[in-house]
Amino acid sequence: MKTLHKTLHKTLIAALASGVASMSHAAEFDVAITNVTAGVFFTPLLVSAHGDAESMFMAGAAASAELQAIAEGGDISGLATALSGAGAVNAENPAGGLLSPGATTEVTLNTDNASDNTYLSIVAMMLPTNDGFVALNKWEIPSEPGVYQVALNAYDAGTEANDEVLGSGAPGEAGFPAPPPVAATTGTNGTGIDASVEGYVHIHRGVTGDADTEGGQSDIDLSHRWLNPVAKVVVTVK
Amino acid sequence: MTIQQTSLILCAAAVLTACGGKDSDPEMATFEVAVTNLTAAQPLSPMTLAVASPDWSLFELAEPASVALEQIAESGDNSALLAELEGNAQVMESISGTGVVMPGMTATFEISVPESDLDQASLSAVTMLVNTNDALTAVRGVALDAIELGGSVHQSMVAYDAGTESNNELAATIPGPAAGGEGFNAERDDSDRILVHPGVIGVLGGRAESVLGEEHRFDNPVAGIVITRIE
Repeated sequence: MKTLHKTLHKTLIAALASGVASMSHAAEFDVAITNVTAGVFFTPLLVSAHGDAESMFMAGAAASAELQAIAEGGDISGLATALSGAGAVNAENPAGGLLSPGATTEVTLNTDNASDNTYLSIVAMMLPTNDGFVALNKWEIPSEPGVYQVALNAYDAGTEANDEVLGSGAPGEAGFPAPPPVAATTGTNGTGIDASVEGYVHIHRGVTGDADTEGGQSDIDLSHRWLNPVAKVVVTVK
Repeated sequence: MTIQQTSLILCAAAVLTACGGKDSDPEMATFEVAVTNLTAAQPLSPMTLAVASPDWSLFELAEPASVALEQIAESGDNSALLAELEGNAQVMESISGTGVVMPGMTATFEISVPESDLDQASLSAVTMLVNTNDALTAVRGVALDAIELGGSVHQSMVAYDAGTESNNELAATIPGPAAGGEGFNAERDDSDRILVHPGVIGVLGGRAESVLGEEHRFDNPVAGIVITRIE
């Protein structure tokens, strides 16, 4: 009886130990992000492993000021600071600038010293758009080693009217910014699409564009249209 | 390819396991594959289905298309891909659809895989959206061993741009019934990468010279596939 008890006890301990092992999350993992659009650029990406309390946005709710700065001008500094302040492990701008259509960037995140960072978020502005962004929002990182693939959609931050006119990347200022090489295909003197600020984060309806580089309704060229998904993410848990 | 040819090739590939002996036919797992065209006005060219090892890939996103895939994307002609599949040791079975899958219609296929090979069997399928320059839709590498008898797997199919022909939407370059233009052309005058299709624009969308109407537009998913294990 005593022996049996001991055996049971050992088995229980083994089961508990393996249970604990399988619940522990990946300490190191690779993230490969591919821009799968035919004609949209991603501004510098923010890749973050963070805890359960953080989330970049809630679809249907208003965007934070930090998200607005990304969606309208590609500025990730505010959100990166907020996330790292909350203990997140961040990779900022892994592509070293814009991620072109068809291009891939890879980064390795290590959460050894922050084991509660079990969620992955990725965000960048989409150019040319007024306030469009690509995002993976609070995706639970699998604990099991393996290769995981996720398709990302394009969102509209809802903070700026989609007038599609060349303008500013500063939050609250109209128009979209056009750094090179986006400038090469950007028109001028568009009369602007009659649109309003939606007020909440939602799936982007796409851009209208036009074929007129010196006028028309839009300064966005037809070549910058897209359909979802806009990015492929491959997470390799080691 | 006829069903008989399929069985012969399967036997050749599985000669070490159970083929050949008349009373030792391998236990087969049979699946029904149903592909539904979810677009408004984009007929799908005859489907190509392949059951292959998970190591084999129909294509990789953001990489150039093979010439065989380019032929499907630009003209809907799957003969070159079928020939490649038949000669590939990683491919257990390949099937061609017999006709165009019209919008709203479903094409149904049956595929059989020896039980012993199921853990190495994944299904891929590809077809062209014919009223486009070079759009295709596909599923790539759906594992068959995860589907229990009577169970099924559903997947949404995204439209891809083969990147081998400019999306100029000209009547002369679109082979489908909307235009009747040229199909395959060996020239590659686009990004030369397979990417998610940006959609068609049409005259109303601002491309004055386009032969496409608003009804030819599409959004993802453009098709749905249901794989059911029936035996």
